[in-house]
Amino acid sequence: MTERTIQVDYLARVEGEGALKVRIQGDKVEDVALKIFEPPRFFEAFLRGRGYAEAPDITARICGICPVAYQMSSCHAMEAALGVKVGGPIRELRRLLYCGEWIESHVLHIYLLHAPDFLGYPDAIHLAKDHPAEVKMGLALKKVGNALMTLLGGREVHPVNVRVGGFYRAPTVDELRAFRPELETALGMAEATVRFCAGLDFPDLEEDYEFVALQHEREYALNEGEIVSSRGLRIRANHYEDHFEEQHVAYSNALQSVHKGSGSYLVGPLARFALNFDRLSPRARSIAKEVGLAPPVRNPFRSILVRGVETVYAIEESIRIIDHYTRPDAPAVELPPVTTAVRGSAGTEAPRGLLFHRYDLAPGGLIREAKIVAPTSQNQKRIEDDLRHLVEKSLALDEAALTDRCERAIRNHDPCISCATHFLKLEVERS
Amino acid sequence: MPAAAKPRLAVFKFASCDGCQLSVLDLEDELLAIAGALDIANFMEATARVVDGPYDLSLVEGSVTTAEDARRIREIRAQSRVLVTIGACATSGGIQALKNFADVEEYRKAVYARPEYIHTLATSTPIADHVPVDFELRGCPISKTQLVELVSAYLDRRTPNVPTDSVCVECKRRGNVCVLVAHGTPCMGPVTQAGCGAICPAYNRGCYGCFGPQPNLNGPSMVGKLGEVGMPPDHIRRFFRTFNVNAPPFRAVSESIGEKAP
Repeated sequence: MTERTIQVDYLARVEGEGALKVRIQGDKVEDVALKIFEPPRFFEAFLRGRGYAEAPDITARICGICPVAYQMSSCHAMEAALGVKVGGPIRELRRLLYCGEWIESHVLHIYLLHAPDFLGYPDAIHLAKDHPAEVKMGLALKKVGNALMTLLGGREVHPVNVRVGGFYRAPTVDELRAFRPELETALGMAEATVRFCAGLDFPDLEEDYEFVALQHEREYALNEGEIVSSRGLRIRANHYEDHFEEQHVAYSNALQSVHKGSGSYLVGPLARFALNFDRLSPRARSIAKEVGLAPPVRNPFRSILVRGVETVYAIEESIRIIDHYTRPDAPAVELPPVTTAVRGSAGTEAPRGLLFHRYDLAPGGLIREAKIVAPTSQNQKRIEDDLRHLVEKSLALDEAALTDRCERAIRNHDPCISCATHFLKLEVERS
Repeated sequence: MPAAAKPRLAVFKFASCDGCQLSVLDLEDELLAIAGALDIANFMEATARVVDGPYDLSLVEGSVTTAEDARRIREIRAQSRVLVTIGACATSGGIQALKNFADVEEYRKAVYARPEYIHTLATSTPIADHVPVDFELRGCPISKTQLVELVSAYLDRRTPNVPTDSVCVECKRRGNVCVLVAHGTPCMGPVTQAGCGAICPAYNRGCYGCFGPQPNLNGPSMVGKLGEVGMPPDHIRRFFRTFNVNAPPFRAVSESIGEKAP
């Protein structure tokens, strides 16, 4: 019986530091370990004793790629603790800022991290030599996402304008309207991106995922909704910890989440697309139909298409928000004093999937305990399952081709290792 | 120019959020030009192609928090002709340097179910505590304008023009109303190095010090003013203990306020 090891010491084109090791005995995969060697930073520990109002800026620093997600989940969790509801134009502005982050993050992944895999290039720079028009379009589209974040947030990485209760400054109607033409151009580029991705060659893999995402009664959920799964779970965020738990494995600095009683599950674009397709905007649904993409998509290699459809959605939704915007009287709602011990939980949809925060506050408003579950922690175990099935189907490949296939299978889920380490290196061992 | 003649650029990551190296990829208008002028020889977040060192220009993001990383930065220094630290983690230790003020054993137990799996040093320290650094870009995150200036200056063989004024100077230049004086909003602009473009005051909030200490800051005066506008001492201490908590001048101010409140 032959023994093989596939090993990648430092995964490229993922956010953060990780590795993979796969051990194969004959035609059976013995062990898959997605290792996260990104050093731990202990956010949940040092949040204790900080004021609740500090959480959005501090937790943003968990991830430079999706800071808005951290700002949004922390604001919503704090508002739940304080018994405050934010509606009207402030709520819409939050969605608009989040759309900016979805555009920036999805387009970064599509063109700079994921597309080179399908076309056989080490990176977007080399891709640009043979496909200059596509890469330039990708960069221009990404720039629109960043510009939207800068307009609303002051800058694209760690925006400064978000606070519990709303914003420090609400933009004027004219400031937002002035941005509309850029979004209209971007909408066409996003549709062209989906068509470009539809021409790629997708390896065969169909996975039986349990999809988990937020679901809102009308909207494609970003900030609000119930947590639902494709296997019938439907809960509010404050019951998240009753149904999902984090486990700690020896080879990783990240915690892995499981759905209690059923194991690994998937959050992110494939989950949202499967659960919330009918809430997508008209042009997003239409481009999905045009390229033959119908829910559920169970081939993770096709996630690049779903990110493209979600980018179309985020742009269309941004235009809708801008067209209906009226400037609020105050940029934030008033917050009541914290007089008793309170708890607040919230989940929002980061580009990579559900991001859960829970805070316990002491009277006076200092944080007593913080719990943060990042999308990549939730997907980590499910990525290992993808890898196990993929390797078993691909044993005929030589080491180099198999290693390449494994790395691609990881990048399918756009793992953010910085987030998960509160994650990754590829080793495949064949025995 | 043949590829071999281009200077080699490397980007390395230590403990951080990836936001500063993302700033390289966020240079949408300049990225392809930079790749034309420099050979991107080692940048794991952006490319699977790795060219062995030595490197002409190394950008280092993140702080040192593990024994392995303390070893790795010495190896990178030995491979780098010019080494530039980018961002608050690399230049001061970052938000994770809050553990320098705490019991790390207790932190490990608070976050991880199996603390024995986690290997970490008791401190988060800036790169310059371990190896000589040729230049630094401040900020949480760095400014893209300063990043482009750094790369341009490197290619032109000149010193980057990165002012060390305070945020107040940028605020005046931008025409912001002073949020501290006019609105009584707590603001660290007077003690914080310029570079961000005074965005917080432009959005009606006080500066929170993410570009770190301005070289000639007056700590006691800042603390006095923050007290005057109604910020309680324990809150002032926390105000100085964020993304540049371990930068010596900010550390000194926060320690002068005392340790009694949480």
